[in-house]
Amino acid sequence: MAIETEISPKPLTKSDFESDQEVRWCPGCGDYAILAQVQRTLPDMGIPKEKYVFVSGIGCSSRFPYYMNTYGFHTIHGRAPAFATGIKVANPDLSVWVISGDGDSLSIGGNHFIHAIRRNIDIKYLLFNNRIYGLTKGQYSPTSEIGKITKSTPMGSLEHPFNPLAVALGAGASFVARTLDRDPKAMVEVLKAAGQHRGTAFIEIYQNCIIFNDGAFTQLTEKETKLDNTILLEHGKPLVYGKNKDKGIKLDGFKPVSVSLTDGKHSVNDLLIHDVKSKDPVLAFIYSQMTEDPTLPTPVGVFRAVENNCYDQDVKTQIAFSKEKMGKGNLKDLLHKGDTWIVS
Amino acid sequence: MAVESVLNLEEVTIRLAGDSGDGMQLVGTELTNTSALFGNDVGTLPDYPAEIRAPAGTLAGVSGFQLHIGSFDIHTPGDEVDVLVAMNPAALKANIKALKPNGVLIVNAESFDEKGLKLAAYTANPLEDGSLSGYQLFRVEMSSHTKAALRETGLDFKSMERCKNFFALGMIFWLFNRPMEYTIKFIEDKFSKKPLLAQANILALKGGFAYCEATEAFVNKYEINPAKLAPGKYRNLGGNEAIGLGFVAAAQKAGLELFLGSYPITPASDILHTMAKFKNFGVKTFQAEDEIAAVAASIGAAYAGDIAVTTTSGPGMCLKSEAINLAIMTELPLVIVDVQRAGPSTGLPTKTEQADLLQALYGRNGESPIPIIAASRPADCFEVAYEAIRIAIRYMTPVIVLSDGYIGNGAEPWLIPEVEQLPAINVDRHINKDQFYPYQRTEDTLTRPWAIPGMAGLEHRIGGLEKKNIMGTVNYEPENHEYMCRIRAEKVHRIANEFGPTEISGADSGDLLVLGWGGTYGAIRTAVEHCMKKGMKVSRVHLRWINPLPNDLGDILKRFKHVLIPEINLGQLSKVIRSEYLIDAIGLNKISGLPFNSKEIENKIEAILGGSNGHRN
Ligand SMILES: Cc1ncc(C[n+]2csc(CCOP(=O)(O)OP(=O)(O)O)c2C)c(N)n1
Ligand code: SF4
Repeated sequence: MAIETEISPKPLTKSDFESDQEVRWCPGCGDYAILAQVQRTLPDMGIPKEKYVFVSGIGCSSRFPYYMNTYGFHTIHGRAPAFATGIKVANPDLSVWVISGDGDSLSIGGNHFIHAIRRNIDIKYLLFNNRIYGLTKGQYSPTSEIGKITKSTPMGSLEHPFNPLAVALGAGASFVARTLDRDPKAMVEVLKAAGQHRGTAFIEIYQNCIIFNDGAFTQLTEKETKLDNTILLEHGKPLVYGKNKDKGIKLDGFKPVSVSLTDGKHSVNDLLIHDVKSKDPVLAFIYSQMTEDPTLPTPVGVFRAVENNCYDQDVKTQIAFSKEKMGKGNLKDLLHKGDTWIVS
Repeated sequence: MAVESVLNLEEVTIRLAGDSGDGMQLVGTELTNTSALFGNDVGTLPDYPAEIRAPAGTLAGVSGFQLHIGSFDIHTPGDEVDVLVAMNPAALKANIKALKPNGVLIVNAESFDEKGLKLAAYTANPLEDGSLSGYQLFRVEMSSHTKAALRETGLDFKSMERCKNFFALGMIFWLFNRPMEYTIKFIEDKFSKKPLLAQANILALKGGFAYCEATEAFVNKYEINPAKLAPGKYRNLGGNEAIGLGFVAAAQKAGLELFLGSYPITPASDILHTMAKFKNFGVKTFQAEDEIAAVAASIGAAYAGDIAVTTTSGPGMCLKSEAINLAIMTELPLVIVDVQRAGPSTGLPTKTEQADLLQALYGRNGESPIPIIAASRPADCFEVAYEAIRIAIRYMTPVIVLSDGYIGNGAEPWLIPEVEQLPAINVDRHINKDQFYPYQRTEDTLTRPWAIPGMAGLEHRIGGLEKKNIMGTVNYEPENHEYMCRIRAEKVHRIANEFGPTEISGADSGDLLVLGWGGTYGAIRTAVEHCMKKGMKVSRVHLRWINPLPNDLGDILKRFKHVLIPEINLGQLSKVIRSEYLIDAIGLNKISGLPFNSKEIENKIEAILGGSNGHRN
């Protein structure tokens, strides 16, 4: 199949990725910041613009592709990863980005979410987690905390929330990361790392829904509280955090605990050293569980980035191998296969 | 008893029945292939239980294979059975009703012991109580004879016992004068890694043949002359396999790669199995996590430039409906195959029905027009699959292919087409690079351009939200939505301009027109031909496209006093025809999981026409 791929003549800039469509999220919605960081990051990936495809499900966040001046497909609720899988298998040359919400990915689309990850199809998966249903006006979502009061749960939600990173890791994710809508610099780093990863690169982005769940992440995003409540995972570095870099995380058995680096009992040498390339996902899983513990900071950054076979590439390889082994298919031979007879 | 005579038959219907572990489908298929290679026309009806392992010997576990062999062009698997082979009492009980009076009944006598009779819930042994006196009963100790034939092989008794299906086949081969060489070769290939089993099955086959030769068990031997089919090269082809071949042929002719997204479901799975073998044709088969993912991935592949297909059966079709609507909104080429099965929900999963027509037409939200093409016979599936892809690409639309369990599992001789003569499939992307709009349309077919990711300068967004015509931007204007709804309907409508004049079998006006669609083709054709011979003024039209309907159909219907529509449902096409043309179509409806017997249709025609004179007062 001949696909025209002219190399774009001049270097790309952010504005090359801005479509002519008016962006229509509520003023103050975290989605704006994510859009801006993606548009800022793509020019530096070294991929021609026409090779980008943004695929989304349904939800506020899923309007995203309309605002990108790339190829885009706004599909149906929850199924974006399945559409993306078909696109990528049809043409593994494309850079395919899935945009989805917490309801879209983890309620209706839970099945496709885990299977895309399991196959390690080479897509970038951005999950905008606002812990609420935005587009349908404020019902609780599978990431809402127990007791959440919403229109559909006036006495509080009774359901245990999903931890998206744990779900992804459980499905065998080769790349998982977390970032925040209010931290553009960190987001760009994570997006770049995802762009360089071959396989499903899953990024959970905490996103503020100013209308239906305002302030869900303020502890993690506001200047005064941020540094004490988050910890940036950096490959090869010890897990240090805090406004004054005075705290760290060490393991007590299988349990991560926060220790002070100034009380004389612990030093940096006692702390965990982050290794994104660890084949074993156990530590990444332990980090993901820190999210639930109020005594521990919430990890952000890249949790895991390991090489593994990608489904789309393997399909291509298998087809090439089969052509080599059996010869390129000949239609006439195929139709005449098996026992035939002639009527005259 | 010496063989009295060799009877020359025009046609014969044979049914092989046994326990599902007895290998009846296997030997049935072998008999089919041999008969086809011998030059007969054949029609088949496999009938197997839904449970993979129903208790052995029970009625629930009975597996049957019916085969119609003819020395002329036949169209059905046969109405009444001439020869029934029953491997156990349950198989006898489940199938004896189908056997003609004085038909040949061959039973594996040893299985009619106390245990076998009890499992089949017989209170008396039918071989002894005289209840079978209306048939030519042949009791054969098949198990013992098979064991005797295999004595030298050193196989254990259980494995020997398992070869008795080939013993039975050997008997049939003798009875109908069929050559054994194809089957011997088949066994050698199938068991190439287990030479002992190959040897055993061949010995059993030859044993059955020799048994008949030596014991002169039968009074008659039969001969069915080769059929006079249209000249050309033939092979035997099953419906599901034919769909796979049609898709590959279309992709090759179009010069595009083929993507199949599917999730296993009876009776459609065989299409996936068939196509999974075509990797060296660049065929990508994707076994998805469910039907929604299967169709979604296919739509994604179509968007990215592959020829995309998805295959399923009724329950899976329900799951696909939301995504099919997305393909309608985004105007992408996609072919969806529904191999219909019986019943709502899980229904009768291994039985056939034509009851998904209204689902295909209307089973989605909003105004959702979609072309529907229906296969009429196993070999016809090739052309239907091919044509569906041609139309999907030419009009940028999803197309539904309706097949059914009876067609999908059936097989018949197929006149192999010349590759050069297959219709061209032009992939004209209608792209104007200077002024590209995603919903710009061609004048004749209203098709929008198929610009695919990777093409520089044509970046654009599509999706399920309504789009402004031509521009392709999200648009909520009332006038635009109405306009787009009408365009989508009109586009499907225009496909009918591709059809030639509708073919009428028989006079183009008269007392009765029998209108059919899908798998009732053979039964209707046989019935109508019989009635014509009897002098009735009856004609026949078979619909290939159900949406759009042919432009000339309304006029044709009005030229007949009555219109009869036989369907394996409670009147779905009838509803459509009545509402479309305001005519009082008469329905003939059967909904038992089984295809029509041609006799059932013949009787109805006679009833409508008031006897055989073809006139009604
Ligand atoms: C099949 C189907 N069911 C339900 C809906 C309604 N619906 C649209 S978006 C949505 C949830 C959106 O929540 P989320 O995925 O968290 O995205 P957000 O709007 O918060 O970005 C629902 C339930 C739909 N569009 N389709
Ligand atoms: S409802 Fe919430 S998520 Fe949706 S656009 Fe408004 S602020 Fe954003």
